[in-house]
Amino acid sequence: MLFSIYGLISASFFMSMDAVDVAFTEAAVGAGVSPLLMLATLASVGRYQKKPTDPEIPKVALLLVIITGILLIIGTLDMPAFGAADAPAHQHVAPRYIKESPEEIGIPNMVTSVLASYRAYDTLGEVVVIFTAGIGVLSLLNFRRRRRNIHLIDDIIAIDEHKILRIVSKILIPPILIFGLYVQFHGDFGPGGGFQAGVIFAAAIILYVLFFGVKYAHQVVNQTFVRVFSAIGVLLYGSVGVVSLLNGKNFLDYHVLAENPTTAQHIGILVIELGVGITVACVMILIFFSFIENIEKVIQELRK
Amino acid sequence: MELIVSIISGVCLLAGSFLVLSGVIGVIRFPDFYTRIHAAGVTETLAASLILIGLMLIAGWGIVLLKLILILLLVLFTSPTASHALGKAAWKSGLKPTNLKQRNEDRN
Repeated sequence: MLFSIYGLISASFFMSMDAVDVAFTEAAVGAGVSPLLMLATLASVGRYQKKPTDPEIPKVALLLVIITGILLIIGTLDMPAFGAADAPAHQHVAPRYIKESPEEIGIPNMVTSVLASYRAYDTLGEVVVIFTAGIGVLSLLNFRRRRRNIHLIDDIIAIDEHKILRIVSKILIPPILIFGLYVQFHGDFGPGGGFQAGVIFAAAIILYVLFFGVKYAHQVVNQTFVRVFSAIGVLLYGSVGVVSLLNGKNFLDYHVLAENPTTAQHIGILVIELGVGITVACVMILIFFSFIENIEKVIQELRK
Repeated sequence: MELIVSIISGVCLLAGSFLVLSGVIGVIRFPDFYTRIHAAGVTETLAASLILIGLMLIAGWGIVLLKLILILLLVLFTSPTASHALGKAAWKSGLKPTNLKQRNEDRN
């Protein structure tokens, strides 16, 4: 709950600092999806902490966290002060982006052109990080795939008939999905892009799971499909880079994609944003389904 | 004409802001959960609608107006539903409304 409010407030201050894209991401991820995942975690870990089997483990973990924290703080010492006008980023990088990106990339949203073209390599890293997080959650929570057709959560949902909620969600889910697509493909012209669109798309599916149960959701969203497509998004992104490598240019140099340089940039940005969107949406859905399955396992143990 | 429209829009914005304020006071001052979501839910829907209508009046014809209408529709759907879901969840988990009369008698 507090996470959600924090997300909303930070989205507002990003908005007032004119960072619309960041605000959008924060509103979708910070205020929308992450509190949901937090609640799912709380539901699956239970109310009380178990005694650790080995008393040394928490101490080691604490030591690791402290060391990492100190390293991060040391890392920030070399950075210029927050908002300093003479920071290297404001000296030559930002002015160049602002001056030349309209001619070089030819799209109105400068954030997208920085994210998807100048810094495409960094963004590839981010997408791979998200994909890795998905794999991590999968391997931690349900490494062995169990084929069960009983869904305990569905019984719980079926007991209280959420009639009003179901009808409203039936009205709302299609516009949310369409809005996700709009954000995905409008990222060149306004705030938005693959990350935001993926999260919005996943949020619609999660809403569906919450109101209609896992059984129906499995029929709508095929699990294998989601798993395969979370990888295909990254693959799509990476293969754009490989295409430019094979044509004798640098990795993720879009100029090989078309004759006209700005058209080439457009195509490149569209394709990699699509890759980002697919991966983000699939990983979010995947994580949520894993959490749900884990909660079911906990409920099953409680009933024994 | 323009003056009249801006006056109407100003009145809508002011009324909306007043309703938000009264809703907040209600959330803080009311005694139990159900009266609080009553204060928040009822005022919020009307207040958001009034503020959005006030903004629509000064937005003029264009894409902004369409977006504001979409936001208004979203608020009209989600805000009462959210209040309903909150109330239902509280009732299911066994929270009973406070009996004020009883409580006052107990105090005295």
